[in-house]
Amino acid sequence: METTPQQIVTAISTSEIKQVSGSVAILEALVAEGVDVIFGVPGGATIAIYDALFDYSEKLKHILVRHEQGAIHASQGYARTSGKVGVALATSGPGATNMITGIADAMIDSTPVVCITGQVYAHLLGSDAFQETDIVNMSSQITKWNYQITDATEIPSVLAKAFYIARSGRPGPVLIDITKNAQLQMFDYKGYTKCDHIRSYRPKPIVRPSYIEQAAELINQAQRPMVLLGQGVILGGAEAEFKAFIEKSGIPYAWTVLGAGAIPSDHPLNVGMLGMHGNYAPNMLTNQTDVLIAIGMRFDDRVTGRLDKYAKQAKVVHLDIDPSEIDKNIKATVPVWGDCKETLPMLTALIEKKQHTDWLARFQAYYQDELELVIYPELNPTSGEITMGEVIRHLNDITNGEAVIVTDVGQNQMVASRYSKLNKTRSNVTSGGLGTMGFALPAAIGAKYGAPERTVITIAGDGGFQMTLQELGTIMQNKIDVKIIVLNNRFLGMIRQWQELFNDSRYSFSDLESPDFVTLATSYKIASKRVADREELPAALNEMMNSKGSFLLEVMVTKENNVFPMVAQGCSLSEIRLK
Amino acid sequence: MKNMQNEEINKQEFNITLYTENHVGLLSQVASIFTRRKINIESLNTSPSEVEGIYRFNVVIIETDELMNKLIRHLEKLNGVIKAYYHSNNDVIWQEMALYKMPTSIIEEQLNVERLLRRYGARVVVIRKDYTVFEASGHREETDNLITLLQPYGLIEFVRSARVAIIKKSDGFNSKLKEFERLNPLPDAYSEHFLNEITKGLIV
Repeated sequence: METTPQQIVTAISTSEIKQVSGSVAILEALVAEGVDVIFGVPGGATIAIYDALFDYSEKLKHILVRHEQGAIHASQGYARTSGKVGVALATSGPGATNMITGIADAMIDSTPVVCITGQVYAHLLGSDAFQETDIVNMSSQITKWNYQITDATEIPSVLAKAFYIARSGRPGPVLIDITKNAQLQMFDYKGYTKCDHIRSYRPKPIVRPSYIEQAAELINQAQRPMVLLGQGVILGGAEAEFKAFIEKSGIPYAWTVLGAGAIPSDHPLNVGMLGMHGNYAPNMLTNQTDVLIAIGMRFDDRVTGRLDKYAKQAKVVHLDIDPSEIDKNIKATVPVWGDCKETLPMLTALIEKKQHTDWLARFQAYYQDELELVIYPELNPTSGEITMGEVIRHLNDITNGEAVIVTDVGQNQMVASRYSKLNKTRSNVTSGGLGTMGFALPAAIGAKYGAPERTVITIAGDGGFQMTLQELGTIMQNKIDVKIIVLNNRFLGMIRQWQELFNDSRYSFSDLESPDFVTLATSYKIASKRVADREELPAALNEMMNSKGSFLLEVMVTKENNVFPMVAQGCSLSEIRLK
Repeated sequence: MKNMQNEEINKQEFNITLYTENHVGLLSQVASIFTRRKINIESLNTSPSEVEGIYRFNVVIIETDELMNKLIRHLEKLNGVIKAYYHSNNDVIWQEMALYKMPTSIIEEQLNVERLLRRYGARVVVIRKDYTVFEASGHREETDNLITLLQPYGLIEFVRSARVAIIKKSDGFNSKLKEFERLNPLPDAYSEHFLNEITKGLIV
């Protein structure tokens, strides 16, 4: 609830009002918000903040990344594993624009981050000053909120608002642009007050019991119901509530890429992944279910396939915290607005305890088909080069589902999402909505700081890895314990797959020549190994996992392998192909 | 193709009313909701509302009812927008104001012009030796018609304001705003008319 009384975090009585610089006020705000690590690169327009940071090293850890895109992705990774707000710091101009991709990524994946960018002196704004860009306008489409501060007195209240907006309701990125004069300006600091209410902002809609009742009635009458699990369950911290709901209702659940692992993936009601490269059963049966219960997911086009042939027969119960998601792509029969942490228990209370044995058996039958034609050959090949699925299978044996898996984008991502065993929530970090190649390595850095006690494994392809590989420098300098697997197929694999399937194998600019990744890692003082033989794979993975500190394992995988099943773009889910 | 044609037919003018805070940059954010969907803004006006510190946007676009629902919720999601409504032309009373600059000599000499101006309820704003400026307000067709009629008499310059619209069934924003000022507004503060519509056809 948003009713907590406003808390004075840094209580300072009037007699104690002190003069501080804007820069100090920024850092005080971060400390008050419980931030323990920030990711950034200093520059001309943030030098004052960095000067103040010099005296804050005990309270705030700063990780120097190699590129601002690394800073924003690291803050995303941190937010994903910790559930807290990630913070990225960049200078004006190119520093700020380098973060754009990551901000867009955080926006579409609802990741709470606060980006602080330096800006030129206020009197230079609009004059095309050195390293000036209008980052507020540029980022307005991809932030939940943004604001430019030109006067230091605004800093405490604006940053309080920034953190409140970033983490509340449907989370998202906030960018605060702070001019250099404001950073340097001395002002009467009256302490920091956390924000808990903004008049033009409603973090969550009011729960309407009548819709809960209608939803429960639909669910109780359903013969062939199916639950679609999205990241909203994780963002809302409603994993236990979700588990209680499906276990009482006995309804099989399928998950989106970002919903993966919200509850342990070996749950008997788990029927697999949704969408383009999802499992056969949930995709086939979406068009046969009578009641679809979507929880914290947004019917992305990669999930629905062709929209006008998507679950036309089904009544749809849609639980979402964001009213603009209801009816956006799929018309809801019953829209259950609200935070699923509140609405799910209300729903669970009203539904009957059931089992859908026959219906579950139909998922099982489709699973057998997929197992035989796709899964078994992918995970247990006996000849040819190593497959991506095989790597994940061995990895599962070693991690037993306890590790955080950070994937890049493309075939590596789809294979890792499909086959990774996940026992804990917040174990799956990937760029879902934006599909940002290069996301994995910097995000893994942040993921490790967000969950320092956990093992963090990055899985990237040879293409995506090269988009942000400079962050190996960050790993080296800060001795960050991240395990890196590069699945090297010498191609931009997913593009090659599309070209093979839809463009008559015309491999237009998708083949890739790469540096020697092992030597590359060595020059960054990171332990490394290359493996190409099937027999050596388990030992190599064990060596990686047992090594102290970071490790890069390059696995030479099949050059031309395809991820199946696949729902081709523009096709209905029923047209899913197994080969 | 057939769908597209149907969509064109189902499109009509809608009047969007936004109650907002007064933030730098809000206008561009509001505009972006339309531009990212390639929707043209036919008319846009911002002015203070009846509540101090709250601004009111009037935006006119041509769209389908279905899309309007989605747009309104995206607009309301913007930080700074307190409430968004949309209405068809039948549900609002609206006016546009136009200024016409005419050669004074023509008005002196031509009786017809005087009649025209009387018929359209135009007022004189300024009279100079060389020109006279009239003001007329009304619907788009009315002010448009007057241009056509004045054109043969040497209309020098013409300008028209954006549309301002008053919602027929509105009790104003004062009471609503008080609800938003609370930490826990009552459900009444939310006019989720589309939800009510759905309720009608539902299983209950």
